Amino acid sequence: MEDQTMLSMKDISKYFPGVRALSGVNFSLRSGEIHALMGQNGAGKSTLIKILTGVYKPDTGTIVLKGKPVQVESPEHAQALGIATVYQEVNLCPNLSVAENLLLGREPRKVWGISWKTMLSEAKKNIKEKLDLDIDPARPLGSYSLAIQQMVAIARSLCVRSDILILDEPTSSLDEAEVERLFLILRKLKQEGLAILFVTHFLDQVYAVSDRITVLRNGEFVGTTVASELSKINLISQMVGKDPAELVANVVNREKRSSGTEQEILNIHGLGKTGYLKPFDLSLHRGEIVGLAGLLGSGRTETAKLLFAAERATEGTVYKDQREVHLASPRDAIMEGMGFCPEDRKTEGLVGDLSVRENIILALQAKQGILRYLSRKDQEEIAQNFIKVLDIKTPNAERPVKTLSGGNQQKVLLARWLATKPSILILDEPTRGIDVGAKAEILQRIQQLRNEGISIVFISSELEEVVATSDRIVVFRDKKKVAEAEGSDIEEPTIMRLIAQEDA
Amino acid sequence: MPDMKLKVRPLNQFKLFWPLMVLLLLVIINVFLTKDFFVIEWKDGRFSGILVDILNRSTYIGIIAIGLTLVIATGGIDISVGSVVAISGAVAAYLIGGELVLQGDQQILVTRTPMAVAIPAALAVALVLGMWNGVLVTRWKIQPIVATLILMVSGRGIAQLVTNGQIITIYYTPYFFIGNGTFLGIPFSLYLLLAVLALVIVITRKTALGLFLESIGVNRTASRYSGIQERRIVFWSYAFCAFCAGVSGLLVSSNVKSADGNNAGDLFELDAILAVVIGGTSLNGGKFSLGGSILGAIIIQTLTTTIYSIGVPPQVNLVIKSIVVFLVSMLQSENFRALFLFGRKNAFARGAV
Repeated sequence: MEDQTMLSMKDISKYFPGVRALSGVNFSLRSGEIHALMGQNGAGKSTLIKILTGVYKPDTGTIVLKGKPVQVESPEHAQALGIATVYQEVNLCPNLSVAENLLLGREPRKVWGISWKTMLSEAKKNIKEKLDLDIDPARPLGSYSLAIQQMVAIARSLCVRSDILILDEPTSSLDEAEVERLFLILRKLKQEGLAILFVTHFLDQVYAVSDRITVLRNGEFVGTTVASELSKINLISQMVGKDPAELVANVVNREKRSSGTEQEILNIHGLGKTGYLKPFDLSLHRGEIVGLAGLLGSGRTETAKLLFAAERATEGTVYKDQREVHLASPRDAIMEGMGFCPEDRKTEGLVGDLSVRENIILALQAKQGILRYLSRKDQEEIAQNFIKVLDIKTPNAERPVKTLSGGNQQKVLLARWLATKPSILILDEPTRGIDVGAKAEILQRIQQLRNEGISIVFISSELEEVVATSDRIVVFRDKKKVAEAEGSDIEEPTIMRLIAQEDA
Repeated sequence: MPDMKLKVRPLNQFKLFWPLMVLLLLVIINVFLTKDFFVIEWKDGRFSGILVDILNRSTYIGIIAIGLTLVIATGGIDISVGSVVAISGAVAAYLIGGELVLQGDQQILVTRTPMAVAIPAALAVALVLGMWNGVLVTRWKIQPIVATLILMVSGRGIAQLVTNGQIITIYYTPYFFIGNGTFLGIPFSLYLLLAVLALVIVITRKTALGLFLESIGVNRTASRYSGIQERRIVFWSYAFCAFCAGVSGLLVSSNVKSADGNNAGDLFELDAILAVVIGGTSLNGGKFSLGGSILGAIIIQTLTTTIYSIGVPPQVNLVIKSIVVFLVSMLQSENFRALFLFGRKNAFARGAV
């Protein structure tokens, strides 16, 4: 492959009021390569991408595209220059059909308006060829899983003739088989000479597809290395800015406890909801972490929502401390000492426009009731305390929580529940979309909470994480609990088998 | 932490800065165009003058705007308030009765039911209507604008049923006090407005209600998952909003000494929504400002009075009004301000962040 530089960005800096988002960053992209851009949250990856796609203008620096200096004026301009982008959050229209989404703005025409027939066949061909997916292009996009939607977004960006494809965390909602399929496509596109910029938090994926890796840290350029020459531990140390040796010591290392002897705090009997989740039994002990494993859409999140009464169960009984309780709403669950960090932080967890302080005290205040309003002083004290204990990075407690980075938002959510002094915490993907450093911190915090006697239901799509964290693992498949593993069975291969096993 | 509060304060003031500027501008215009604008006389044991009149009249919209602010904070809207004004006035007028009874030259005060029954009854009817809105929105999940549209349309009919399609004239003088009376020379309606305002400020800011309302408005699901009883809170905000409209209905019917099912409170819903928006509360819900809404009501009334007093032909006065409202809305828009007041470059930076 010839060494042809498609894009080079030199000495890029960007300042926001009070923040230096990027300073003197260099970045280059060759045609026919997959280039991973790595860094913790707040390292400047998004800012760099937004500069490349014309959302922001750099304060200093130059961008050279195919040998010509350019100024990217707007996202539309970027597209015209041949820079296609797929964002982390799917930004398509779920209520339109797959075909419409795919060809929006480029609909095949006939004399009188759009030719719907051609559109469908063209879409079907596109999807089949580019993604090797067999889906019905006439159905609304929203009726497909997030993973499929993500794939359609990629297919859409590929319909336009592009030289550069930017993928901003395209895999964060995909399961392993889907990631594999995506990578197949990426490799094929690479062969065709496309320059691909790939942002992800999953280290394994970086090594699986990338040719080169560029690391940013705190808005500064750390370096660009050929992927095969950079060990995983060195990569992490570049990202975190710590010595590799220090990191190794942090890898979760603890003995697994058998949980049978402990005091049972929650006993679920035949809890289920018609058409949502098949009835299941589950018991939870004091100071125990129960991991829920399974593929995307297998029923993990559904279980969490039924437990917390965010969805109302149609059958089954719940015993808390040997006493039957009726949970009709999240409020009831909270009153019984439960807390729930939902999978979708932004839409179900955080109250974006409210301050960090208000977000932290929200559940505690709700538990206390409207009339017993926490004084401003108490609120500030509680907020400051958690900001310190959980090391939440925010200029002050009055910042709107939406301005924080993903990892810190997650910590704010955790703080919200810890403030209520819960006995049971349900954590649905607490490490999703946050960087390595914050992830390790949160996983450690979870262990610590367990040791303090809190019972935790832990959900993650990263099996490795579930295995490393849980005392017991419950496996779900097709909206049904299929197995439970404890003790020495808690190993990736074993769990994997349980997940994959077909019903006899 | 004192320094922290300092950082928050100027922002809050900033929010009311532009509406205040507009009010100031309107006042300045009036200084030149309206004769005796600032003159306040002591006449018949009360203050009178254009300013007093503006404040007095702004209470109709002002009281509604207080209730509506809470509804809007939750991310909802109530467009039935104008109809509730009519119903409340009609119920009060019907219960008090519309007969002029003379004995010789002397008017005898008679009521169908005692005023002490008529007023609570009118307010209770308003409250029940608000609860109806609340049920539609929270229990049946009908979009607020559609749910309250039902009452907006049918409410006019209900009001006319109560008045039997006629305009009921009230002759019972004690009732006139609410909308015309004064206490220490100042219109009673102003005391009423301040009382409602103070009550709501205390309830929302000294309890957690304000926080919960804002939280619901920003993110309803997250609020529910945090244990906030969002349905109950939203329900009562609609009920309270209609109650406020009921109070306004009493003021209006008392002021004009009659109840007109068809025209009382006409277009009040739009003025009230405008007042809330001018006051800086976003229709998207979330952060709200009660003081801002009152300021908005005063701006609207000042504008209306100005238009009449400078002699703008009645055919075009809605145009003038909408131009001013347009300007205020533009001034409230951060993007607009950035674009035209602080230069173009900032606008992009702000819009992007």
